[in-house]
Amino acid sequence: MTRAAERVSSGRPLRARLGRDDIIMRGYMTVIAVYLVVALALPLWAMMSKSFSTYRFDLRLYEFQVSDEAGAFHAPPVTAHELNQRLRIASSADLATNADGRLPATSFFPDFSFRSPVKYRIRGTSDDAVYLVGSDRTSGTQWVELSSNEFRRVMLRPVAGRGLDNYSTYFSTPSLFHSIENSLFIAFVSTVITVTLAFGFAYALSRSCMPLKPVFRLVAVLPILVPSLLPGIALVYLFGNQGMLKELLLGHSIYGPIGIVIGSVFFTFPHAMIIITTALAISDARLYEAAVSLKASKWKTFWTVTIPGARYGLISAAFVVFNLVITDFGLPKVIGGQYNMLAVDIYKQVIGQQNFEMGAVVSVVLLVPALIAFAVDRFVNKRQVALLSARSVPYAPQPSRRFDWLCFGYCALIAVFLVGLVAVCQFAALVKFWPYDLSLSLRNYAFDLMDGGGWDSYYNSIEMALWTAVIGTFVVFTGAYMVEKTKGFDSGRSLFQLLAMLPMAIPGMVLGLAYIFFFNNPSNPLNALYGTMAILVICTVTHFYTVSHLTAVTALKQMDREFESVAASLKQPFYKLLSRVTVPVCLPAVLDISIYLFVNAMTTVSAVVFLYAPTTTLASVAVLNMDDAGDIAPAAAMGMMIFYTNAGARLVHAILSRGVLARTQAWRAR
Amino acid sequence: MHRHEHTAGRSAAGGALAAAARADVPRPVYLRIDGLSKSFGSFQALKDISLTIHDGEFVCFLGPSGCGKTTLLRAIAGLDLQTSGTIEQAGRDISTLPPAERDFGIVFQSYALFPNLTIERNIAFGLENAGRTRVEIATRVAELLELVGLPDQGKKYPAHLSGGQQQRIALARAIATAPGLLLLDEPLSALDARVRVHLRHEIKELQRKLGVTTVMVTHDQEEALSMADRIVVMNHGVIEQVGTPTTIYREPSTLFVADFIGETNQIAARSAGASSLAFADKVLGSVAHGLAEGQPVTAVIRPEDVTPHALGYREGADRRNLCDVTIAEMEFLGSFWRARLAGARLGQGPLVADFSVNAVRRLDLHEGAAMTVELPAERLLAYSRNGADDASG
Amino acid sequence: MNKPTFLLGALAGGLLLTSGAAAQTSLTVYTAVEAEDLKRYAETFNKDHPDIQINWVRDSTGVITAKLLAEKNNPQADVVWGLAATSLLLLKTEGMLEPYAPKGVDMLDKKFVDKGNPPAWVGMDAWVASICFNTVEAAKLGLKAPGSWKDLTRPEYKGHVIMPNPNSSGTGFLDVSSWLQMFGEEGGWTYMDALHENIARYTHSGSAPCKLAASGEIPIGVSFAFRGAKSKAAGAPIDIIVPSEGVGWDMEASAIIAGTAHLEAAKTLLDWSITRTANEMYNTGYAVVAMPGVAKPVQHFPEGLLEAMIENDFEWAANNRKRILEEWQKRYDSKSEPKS
Repeated sequence: MTRAAERVSSGRPLRARLGRDDIIMRGYMTVIAVYLVVALALPLWAMMSKSFSTYRFDLRLYEFQVSDEAGAFHAPPVTAHELNQRLRIASSADLATNADGRLPATSFFPDFSFRSPVKYRIRGTSDDAVYLVGSDRTSGTQWVELSSNEFRRVMLRPVAGRGLDNYSTYFSTPSLFHSIENSLFIAFVSTVITVTLAFGFAYALSRSCMPLKPVFRLVAVLPILVPSLLPGIALVYLFGNQGMLKELLLGHSIYGPIGIVIGSVFFTFPHAMIIITTALAISDARLYEAAVSLKASKWKTFWTVTIPGARYGLISAAFVVFNLVITDFGLPKVIGGQYNMLAVDIYKQVIGQQNFEMGAVVSVVLLVPALIAFAVDRFVNKRQVALLSARSVPYAPQPSRRFDWLCFGYCALIAVFLVGLVAVCQFAALVKFWPYDLSLSLRNYAFDLMDGGGWDSYYNSIEMALWTAVIGTFVVFTGAYMVEKTKGFDSGRSLFQLLAMLPMAIPGMVLGLAYIFFFNNPSNPLNALYGTMAILVICTVTHFYTVSHLTAVTALKQMDREFESVAASLKQPFYKLLSRVTVPVCLPAVLDISIYLFVNAMTTVSAVVFLYAPTTTLASVAVLNMDDAGDIAPAAAMGMMIFYTNAGARLVHAILSRGVLARTQAWRAR
Repeated sequence: MHRHEHTAGRSAAGGALAAAARADVPRPVYLRIDGLSKSFGSFQALKDISLTIHDGEFVCFLGPSGCGKTTLLRAIAGLDLQTSGTIEQAGRDISTLPPAERDFGIVFQSYALFPNLTIERNIAFGLENAGRTRVEIATRVAELLELVGLPDQGKKYPAHLSGGQQQRIALARAIATAPGLLLLDEPLSALDARVRVHLRHEIKELQRKLGVTTVMVTHDQEEALSMADRIVVMNHGVIEQVGTPTTIYREPSTLFVADFIGETNQIAARSAGASSLAFADKVLGSVAHGLAEGQPVTAVIRPEDVTPHALGYREGADRRNLCDVTIAEMEFLGSFWRARLAGARLGQGPLVADFSVNAVRRLDLHEGAAMTVELPAERLLAYSRNGADDASG
Repeated sequence: MNKPTFLLGALAGGLLLTSGAAAQTSLTVYTAVEAEDLKRYAETFNKDHPDIQINWVRDSTGVITAKLLAEKNNPQADVVWGLAATSLLLLKTEGMLEPYAPKGVDMLDKKFVDKGNPPAWVGMDAWVASICFNTVEAAKLGLKAPGSWKDLTRPEYKGHVIMPNPNSSGTGFLDVSSWLQMFGEEGGWTYMDALHENIARYTHSGSAPCKLAASGEIPIGVSFAFRGAKSKAAGAPIDIIVPSEGVGWDMEASAIIAGTAHLEAAKTLLDWSITRTANEMYNTGYAVVAMPGVAKPVQHFPEGLLEAMIENDFEWAANNRKRILEEWQKRYDSKSEPKS
């Protein structure tokens, strides 16, 4: 008793001795966490620091000496800095530039004439000084003597530094910061339209007895199977200057906000529809019965029961759509015309102008709304889950001829819109030379004659998608298992959860750019990955980590919490339980994760557009590049190849789920 | 905070009576828990628990939800590590060992059967990788299925069995490896009442047959009373009392135990000497309580201890304890009648008494009838009313 | 860094295996040459040098330049074969090119060879700006064919002209830099201000305007002659117009990337790239090639293209590129409303 008393008073909590399982699980979790740090946190860090890396002309680095007309040097050497102070030629802001900056040396000599017999000397005051004579890169502290005609070709080059210059440049360049407004506007309008349309669709699905419900459900998710830029291509064929339905636009151009919004509605529709359908499915029939007994009008019931019941679903759908639209790159790239959006700006800055620092700045700007939308979505999601667990009676719709046909008509319209855009693409892909030769041919499938990497891109995409599905599913599921089932180690687990949630908040463009900065750095030991299939797989797995992780966690949470305790009491290692019980029971979720990763790997453009290499061109990027080069029909053809591949993969997934699962999950049947 | 060392030899209410306990037969100590505490943040789930459990004993942890009983069980299993304190099993200090290095089998309320494995493979799960041949495993599984009375169900999946059958399979799986300690975490509470009563008996039989030391957590007093060799009554993270079912029932050492187990009449009174209690109007003899005169107490008597007599009965050891009452209300509960008696002049409210069907017939008891009841002094308990829980008998 | 290296290495290991093993020396060649020509180029080269395998990295001029600059400290390319001289000049000023005088470089027109000694790059052929004009669509809209750059600013063409964005397209930049050289800085910007009023949109790629004109998406596309000829050959109802003021041009050129691990093979490729065979090969698409006397007329190429090519100061263009692009972006890239 005294012994015990002493122990209590010493007050030091006990630490459990770690079993073999604990050590393996913690070790493995750490490995996955390190993976996420390397594949996510460090690249983002590299990108942030790039946005602060600046280039300035350092005028103290250069010294000039000017001769007299006879070519003799009497005047003392003078630095560019001194000249600038005397003559006030360039302000401090003028001296901020980018990696490509050039400052003519002659700008410090207002009375310079290239015909003058005067000679010039230039040298650096330190070895850091770099300047060009014509296109020859010169540096060092040696005097270089030049005739006037040669001196005219001298350009000073900037030196690298750190600071906020890039941000001040960004916010003082209207063509850049206007994109913020544009992006917010497009995202807002698309969100309102998509959520409204999707709500109607989901409402019809869950509240009516209309025919063909399964067909509508299937059609509604079609857009998930195609890259987001495919609707853009379809819209060109429908509403472009040679468009089949051009007149419907009443003279407005499809290239710009109209096109972006229509396309965004198309590709975000399934996401909103799924979320809202889930929200409507949980509403309580008892409330409707109460409303009927109170003789509330249908309209009133709708606003007092339906909408409040689905509010979290609606909010969540809105922010998901908002995030998808604002971070999407493919669609505005194809149909945006001159309408600048943030995600496209990143591409333009990096690919068009090789201004990596500014690309990093735009990325940081794009992160802000994406992070906010993400945070709200997570917050709302928690509420939604709480609502889900409430006890309620599911609502069973009663047939009503008029209402059902109204719903049917509405859903049919939406279905025509969704299927129509895809069908137009297929038609475009088969027409020989739109609009002059409408005969059908497979000419547009001769990808090897086009930009984008040819058929190899297609095979690469499939390879990449398969690797992503296999490796991604493995990493995500085992990671989720460890974080769910490891005992203790709370700080490690919450850090892991944070890392696993982060990818959802990171736009693909930002991730891709961050990868360039991080991996394409010779001093990085992981540099060897750059330009390989591996980096595409790593990037894609990371990009789509969060949703997969949440799917896995949800499935694991439905497992009896005590399985691990039982296995431990039976002295069986966790991996036996994992392989014999957990994975087989979670097989539907595992398959869901892999099809999700596969489909997204096939369609993703944003992150990988910065990362593909000669041997790893991808189909989705080929669609972009072919469209870019004006080969719109082949772009549509490749887009449809992606569609059919994804549809095929979904089919295989469905067969697997029904067939193999029926066998392995025999226990589910009663 | 004060400490108790709870063993069979020292059940709190009067040492002499403990001789009746079966655990008096000397058995070696199998599990020794010493100074165990567990906090979740600022909440203390277990406060300095000390307890010994003997080899082959069936012990129930009984208490309301949140009393710490499951926490204590999980600490023994190593599933939730205690904040401080030691646990010794068969002479080995297992305080900080991971579950896999301890020696126990466990059955949960949810059964935790692996849904995708057949019954056979569920039971065989712990038998594999232990140097047994296939045939040995199959034999052992068959033997276990036989033992739990489900010999032909081996090929089925858990979902195909009823809840009671699943629980028996869970039990078979837990004892398959012949663990030294069997832990049962509310194993019967997910079952319906009939099955529960039946399984109670079966589990007890099985435990007796195997002689395995068993700890069961339950919030159901009937379960604990009918199954346990000893009951550990817990409340707010401390052990209120340890004792055989009869001790716990008949000599609850605290008001909490008295109240939690069985029905009670609780009447405010004052101590009137070592074995007397002063009620509103009269003084009654009681069990020796040792409380100073005048101290406020709660007097407790169980309804079935209220003995019925014909009106005017004046015999017996202590006539002070006879009260003339009228029956205000009678309720037929099958095997007995429950009566509310008015006019006992003991305190406010009626006195509740359970009378056998025989007695009712014999004494012709009915609502409105007048009668005499005896509150036997040896069944009238008193608990100090100073602190809420800190009562002593 | 050991753990992640190990992990990612293990992940990568499986993937790297699939990227194929090369039997002979294989060169990674970055190029902006039209995709449909690449196969032919490699095949013709391999007839003479079967031991060197070419792995093409093809993208638009802007993308390839960006890629090369991004990889400045860790070059992935061995050779650049077919990239705008303006871009190669940029690379040269970054010290990224390995100067080398290919065998027979004296045979080339001096205009087509870098002035350094040894030269940092050698030219292949010239690609020349011109206007693709869709006669069918123009007839529908009642548009007459423009004869000059200045014609494009006439109000009747409002919304009917597409040109490449100079920020991303080499063709776009050569248009802009040629206007600035022909009309003078001030005149050039005034011209572009007026032109901007008529532009329907700026495309990312230089060939897109002609392809869009060919498909009738727009009547007038500012692109380059080679692309126009191809589209015309494919049956598009277009005319290729050489504006009377003269046309900007850029050359496609080749260079060795400094630090290549396959210097010998790279030299072999560069030597071959200026041979007569190679020049004849370029001539199938390009009317103007680096070796004098080789060029034969190319089908569908407009008359008088050669004569219309301006004196182009590549060095000026390269050294003023950033300034020009910034100015252009400031003036024209902030349109918030689309043109209809």
